[in-house]
Amino acid sequence: MANKTMAINKQELKAVILKPILDNNPIALQVLGVCSALAVTSKLETALVMCLALTLVTACSNMLISLIRKQIPSSIRIIVQMTVIASLVIVVDQLLKAYAFGTSKQMSVFVGLIITNCIVMGRAEAYAMKNGPIMSFFDGIGNGLGYSAILIVVAVIRELFGSGSILGFTILHPIQDGGWYQTNGLLLLPPSAFFIIGLFIWALRTWKPEQVEESN
Amino acid sequence: MSANTDNLNSDNSNSEKPNSESFLKTITVAVVLCLVCSVIVSSAAVLLKDKQLANASLDKKKNILVVANLLTKDSDIEEAFANIEQKFIDLKSGRFVSVSNPESFDQRKLAKEEETSVEIKNDLARIGRRSKIASVYLVKDNDQIQTIILPIHGKGLFSTLYGFIALKADKQSIVGLKFYEQGETPGLGGEVENPRWLALWADKKLLDDNGKPALRLVKSIPKNEFEVDALSGATMTTRGLQNMLDYWLSEDGFGPFLAQLNVKGGA
Repeated sequence: MANKTMAINKQELKAVILKPILDNNPIALQVLGVCSALAVTSKLETALVMCLALTLVTACSNMLISLIRKQIPSSIRIIVQMTVIASLVIVVDQLLKAYAFGTSKQMSVFVGLIITNCIVMGRAEAYAMKNGPIMSFFDGIGNGLGYSAILIVVAVIRELFGSGSILGFTILHPIQDGGWYQTNGLLLLPPSAFFIIGLFIWALRTWKPEQVEESN
Repeated sequence: MSANTDNLNSDNSNSEKPNSESFLKTITVAVVLCLVCSVIVSSAAVLLKDKQLANASLDKKKNILVVANLLTKDSDIEEAFANIEQKFIDLKSGRFVSVSNPESFDQRKLAKEEETSVEIKNDLARIGRRSKIASVYLVKDNDQIQTIILPIHGKGLFSTLYGFIALKADKQSIVGLKFYEQGETPGLGGEVENPRWLALWADKKLLDDNGKPALRLVKSIPKNEFEVDALSGATMTTRGLQNMLDYWLSEDGFGPFLAQLNVKGGA
């Protein structure tokens, strides 16, 4: 008996963590959190820090909100969620400033803007308000991973073809530094992320046609 | 109207409804949540403050060392910074002045306040006002000044660029230039941070023999030591940089200070 519930839990857990990566991706399917995906992806390093920060915030805010979900009066639930999320984000921002100063300087306001990232609030409202704290925590992790997957793809393309390097290591030697590779300046500007995300969504929906929205 | 009635109803039937809907409960949850969150946020801010301030000052020192060409890969920042002395000057007279609390000296803040700043008449750098007092850094060796490091800032195309320029003891030749804050177009104006381009500045002459700003950013191949090859595709940023240098090295900027500075010790 105990075994059986464990098995179901495990399966459910797996679904909660893995589904948001391809099947129910927060950026590609729900089209949430696009603004930060444009802003922090010109370098892989900042994208990775952003992924980590967002995953941590989503997971913790989901867990905390789920813990107090039965106490939250429905009339003020949005502002309660917002307060929890904002506090967590400030703590993350302070930690980055103390332990990863260089990166936090590059990310500037975008760490603070995690507060307004629709993914965090979306998951709190859609999942954490109805499910237990442990599952909510993993739902946050899953959605953070889904967000990360897109950010990493976009950042790798932008950094590799925009500045010829990955994580700061030169792969394609750019002309500016005496090499042969003509860097693509467009990729260093935020709009290029729009094109890459658009192409990504196209590819994903061609592969998984069930994600295509029905037209009227 | 109907919303009103609903409210009244729910207020009256408090006892039957789930507890989380009551007025008192709502207030209690809000207050407790605010208290808990504020404690967490403020303790994080207080506990991490020292570390953050140390990071910020280390970052600034690093920039200064880079511009003075004193930072090698494995040198310790604090150790390398030991030969550098921070001084404060009154820009108008060019004389050294003392500041009540040098640790928290913030030129940007001072430039915004009426009594600590002046309006710039010939505003080449497009910064509006400048602080009356500026902080400069001197690299000394046995009381002899080796390098003079001056802070400069001004508008480029999109952003205000903040940086340092370092001069040799002859008060004319450049040791280095570095920007620590800018928001120009990446790949075009943003190339002002490119170390290969900045390396072109070394040994160029910023000032002529009369102490007037003489350096030009040129589009053709530099013909002499007063010319630096400008960034291609970044006309506006280049223009901003040229104006910034012309302003800060003029009579209204560091001109009086450089004219008076005695490099052979003392000062």
